[in-house]
Amino acid sequence: MKHSRIGSWIAIIVGALYFLVPLIGTFEFSLRLRRGEYSFEAYEIVLADPRFQQSFLYSTIQALVTIVFGVLLVLPTAYWIQLRLPRLRPIVEFITLLPLVIPAIVLVFGYLRIYNSSSWLPMTGSPRATDMLLMFSYVTLSLPYMYRAIETGLRAIDVRTLTEAAESLGASRATIMFRVIFPNVRVAVLSGAFLTFAIVIGEFTMASLLDRPAFGPYLQLIGANRAYEPAALAIIAFIVTWACMGLIQVFGHGARGSTPDTR
Amino acid sequence: MSWAWLGVAPFFLFALMFLILPTGFLFVGSFQDADGNFTLNNIANLFQPNIVSAYWISLKVSAYSAIGGAVIGFFLAYAAVLGGLPRWIRPTLMTFSGVASNFAGVPLAFAFLATLGRTGLVTALMVKYLGFNIYSTGFNLLTMFGLTLTYIYFQIPLMVLILAPALDGLKREWREAASILGATGTQFWLYVALPVLLPGLLGATLLLFANAFGAIATAYALTGSSLNIVTILLYAQIRGDVLHDQNLGYALAFGMILITGLSNAAYIWLRSRSERWLR
Repeated sequence: MKHSRIGSWIAIIVGALYFLVPLIGTFEFSLRLRRGEYSFEAYEIVLADPRFQQSFLYSTIQALVTIVFGVLLVLPTAYWIQLRLPRLRPIVEFITLLPLVIPAIVLVFGYLRIYNSSSWLPMTGSPRATDMLLMFSYVTLSLPYMYRAIETGLRAIDVRTLTEAAESLGASRATIMFRVIFPNVRVAVLSGAFLTFAIVIGEFTMASLLDRPAFGPYLQLIGANRAYEPAALAIIAFIVTWACMGLIQVFGHGARGSTPDTR
Repeated sequence: MSWAWLGVAPFFLFALMFLILPTGFLFVGSFQDADGNFTLNNIANLFQPNIVSAYWISLKVSAYSAIGGAVIGFFLAYAAVLGGLPRWIRPTLMTFSGVASNFAGVPLAFAFLATLGRTGLVTALMVKYLGFNIYSTGFNLLTMFGLTLTYIYFQIPLMVLILAPALDGLKREWREAASILGATGTQFWLYVALPVLLPGLLGATLLLFANAFGAIATAYALTGSSLNIVTILLYAQIRGDVLHDQNLGYALAFGMILITGLSNAAYIWLRSRSERWLR
């Protein structure tokens, strides 16, 4: 028994090293901009760069719109499947897993061919339309996570009873959706939302091929041209990822106390 | 009641527009020549040396990183779930895994360049304290090996996240039953635990494989276009038709879907097998 516990510690330590050493290395590197002393100058340069601010803002807005659209698409669908069309569940589940099977670069290749400026639906015709296409492609990318989060939330509540109770009180479909079902799966929606945010904020492939000024392509550009700033950016991106995952945990735990069945 | 399907119509319309049609277009295009006639030439043309080598390097990076991530991830998950370690280890590991599996793409490439690049921290420390430069041994981060090492960073936590619930399914009673019947620890692992876990392990490894195969951002930020993997080739093809043949580009994409599709199908099949025991 003691022998195997030593083995366990070794496994944990090796794993922790693999996880931490690159982060420490990156942080140390990001401080090296000034010769001979450590400084936060790389961060100052990055944060003051208008392209950083613009691209970060652009990706933040993209992520928020993606979340809103994704929830509006997935929540009613998952609700309706649960309530009325349980036979369709396997098909819908299969479809939501497709974005994990078809690589993002292949999807965006298809979009560029089908929705190019001379097609029936020219979504790459103007910058605004391309922004929308990029948003739709992010909704697609986050579909597996969003669907699974919301589906788990819906399974934990009694959708049928809630719906019937609301109906017998004269609630409309929209009222049921947004004032009865949504508050009950808020935690599930939030965890899907933060995961989506983490995916969208640094996404490179789709933004780059659709030629939009997002944070991912900006990161790549800086990486190709600067020495110490990329390390600072990697630390910033890491903090954003941490924040998203941490918030999922915080909301997941906080809600357990107040409404036990939303977990 | 007969109008109930209208409730899911938006979802299916979305799936049609952003998943089915784009993929279908590439699929059909792979079997057409420039004038739209049916042909198998595009598929045959995939077997030219630079495309075969791109697929081959991609397959190798994906397989090595999947296996490396699976092995390390297995030991980590095992240690945290069944290793008899303090209670706080497991939730901590799961949180870190959630973060690390999402810390991919361009920033991950930066992190490894800052660590194992020519002037990276680990490289520099090894020169200073161990007196040798890993770059003089032929190591280079901007190669297939370096890319594999980088991919393993998000493969390990992914494996941990998939495998930890499966290890929970290994029932304590099985171990007790085995030892009452006189089985040694090794026998228990060889004849009970491993056969139960194997489908899940293999399935998870396939999932990691497909995950690495479709990745591009990390590789592109790390090596530019110097490493000829299939996603980078496809990226160049989308940007500037480097193959000088649009339909060959579609076939290139089709080949990728075929590979990730097959490994995902095998994953689903293996998962259904492993769920028979791990309830």
